[in-house]
Amino acid sequence: MPQVMDADRMSRALTRIAHEILERNRGLDDLALVGIRTRGVPIARRIARALKEINGDEVPTGALDITLYRDDLMRHAVGPQPVVRRTEIPFSIDDRKILLVDDVLYTGRTIRAALDALIDFGRPRAIQLIALVDRGHRELPIKADYVGKNLPTSLRQSVQVRLEEIDGVDEIVIEGEA
Amino acid sequence: MTTKAIDRVSGAQSAEAVPATALRSRHLLGIAGLDAGEITLILDTTEAMKEIAARPIKKVPTLRGRTVVNLFFEPSTRTRTSFEIAEKRLSADTLSIATATSSVTKGETLIDTVKNIEAMAPDMIVMRHASSGAPHLLSRICRSAIINAGDGTHEHPTQALLDAFTIREHKGRLAGLKVAIVGDLLHSRVLRSNALLLNTMGAEVWACGPATLMPAGVEQLGLRPTTVVEEAVRDADVVMLLRIQHERMHGHFFPSVREYFALFGMTRERLTLAKPDVIVMHPGPMNRGVEIDSDVADGPFSVILEQVSNGVAVRMAVLYLLAGGAQVHDEGS
Repeated sequence: MPQVMDADRMSRALTRIAHEILERNRGLDDLALVGIRTRGVPIARRIARALKEINGDEVPTGALDITLYRDDLMRHAVGPQPVVRRTEIPFSIDDRKILLVDDVLYTGRTIRAALDALIDFGRPRAIQLIALVDRGHRELPIKADYVGKNLPTSLRQSVQVRLEEIDGVDEIVIEGEA
Repeated sequence: MTTKAIDRVSGAQSAEAVPATALRSRHLLGIAGLDAGEITLILDTTEAMKEIAARPIKKVPTLRGRTVVNLFFEPSTRTRTSFEIAEKRLSADTLSIATATSSVTKGETLIDTVKNIEAMAPDMIVMRHASSGAPHLLSRICRSAIINAGDGTHEHPTQALLDAFTIREHKGRLAGLKVAIVGDLLHSRVLRSNALLLNTMGAEVWACGPATLMPAGVEQLGLRPTTVVEEAVRDADVVMLLRIQHERMHGHFFPSVREYFALFGMTRERLTLAKPDVIVMHPGPMNRGVEIDSDVADGPFSVILEQVSNGVAVRMAVLYLLAGGAQVHDEGS
C-alpha cells in the first residue's frame, strides 16, 4: 500500500494550486470555490484558506452533492440508493468564476454530474476544475485546470485520498497491483 | 466511478438513531415495519431534498424515465399535489387518476383497475383509498412499488414522516419529547402512523379526545389516553390537532361542534399550559373554530404551513429511496 503523498507534500501542492489560481485569474475578483462531497469540500476550504493567506481576501466556498445527478443511479436493478447529502451554495453563482474541487479525477463522470448540478444554480461566467489527484482513464472529454499530482495508475488499482478532517490523517495511497 | 468510498461523515446533523443504509421493503405501506434506522434515513434524505426547493431550477434528473401513477380513490388536494410536485422535482413522468373520472365509477374492481394500469408498466403507484389495507392487498399482486398515501382509518405514513421531520427541525430530536395529539382519534390514520413513528423514535405521545372518539386499544399503540385536554397539553413540546372527520362519522359522537370546541378546541389560553417553545401542528384540512382556534392556527407557535412545505421534501426522499429497489421482481414484502 504505497503512500504517494504525505501531509507536508499535500499542503505544498494545495499552496501551489492557490498561487496558480491567482496567477491565472489575475486576482480573486468574482471567484468562488465549490467542493464536491465528500472530500472535495475540505480540500476547497483549505484552498480558500491558502488564498486568504496569500492575498488577504475571502473566497466564498460551497459544497455540492452530486448523487441525484449520477448517471449510474437507476442502472442497477437492485441495491441500496446512495446516501444523498445537502448541497450548500450560499451565494449566487451567476457571472462568477467557479472553481470546482474534487479529490480524485478518474473517469470524469463525477465532474459531468457536478457540471449539470452547478448549472441548475445559475449561469457562471466560467467553471475551472481543481483535482488533488489525476489518475487518468477518462471516459468523458474532461480535463482539470489545476492538478495536485498526476498519478499514472492501472484500472485494477484504487487511489485513496485521506484527509485530516474526515479520516484523521493527510495522505494519498495507491492500493492494489499495478 | 471514482475511488471515493461513499460515507456519511458530514451527513446527518441530528441523528438520534444511526441511519440505515437502505429501506428493507420496496413498498411504503405504513410506518409499521420501519425501524428507527430506516426512519432516520428517510429524515436525513429529506434534509438534502429540502434544499432543492430553494434553487432557481427546482428540479433534479434523478428519476428520469421512471413513471409514477397517482391513484386517488378519495378526495385529496394537499397530499396529491404534494406527491405530484415531488415526482416532478425528481423528473419522473407522472399522471394522476382521480376516481371520479375513472372506470371505477363504471363498476370496475380495485384489482382490475390496478392490473390495467400495471399493464402500462409504471414503476411506482402512489395510492389513496377509503379502505384500510387496500395498498397492502395491491402490494401482493403488483410488480410496481406501492406508496400508501392514506388508507381508510389505518395509516398515512408520509404524513407522519413529514410531521416527524418538522418536529426534528424545530426541536433537533424526537426522543424524549412530549407530543399531545388532540382531536378525532377514532377515524385518524394520521394518529396511527404518528403514534407508531413517534414511539419508535422514543417520544412520549398523549392522545386526547372525547371518550366516544377514543379507539379501543390505544394503549397498544403506545399512547397515553386522556379525555382532559389540559392534561395532554401541560408541558407539551408539540401539540398536534386532528380534524373532526364528519364524513367518516355515521352516528353522533358528541352533542355539537360548539361543545366540542368548548371542551377540546385549541385556544391561546389552553396553549399557555404547554412549554414556552411549543409548536402547533395540524395535518389539514383545518376546521377553524372546531379543533383549532384561528388565533392559534395563525399564531406564532403554528408550523402548519411548514408541514406542507416539508411534505414535498419528505415525498421526494421516499420516492428516491424506493426507486432503488423498484425493479425487484419477487419477494413482495
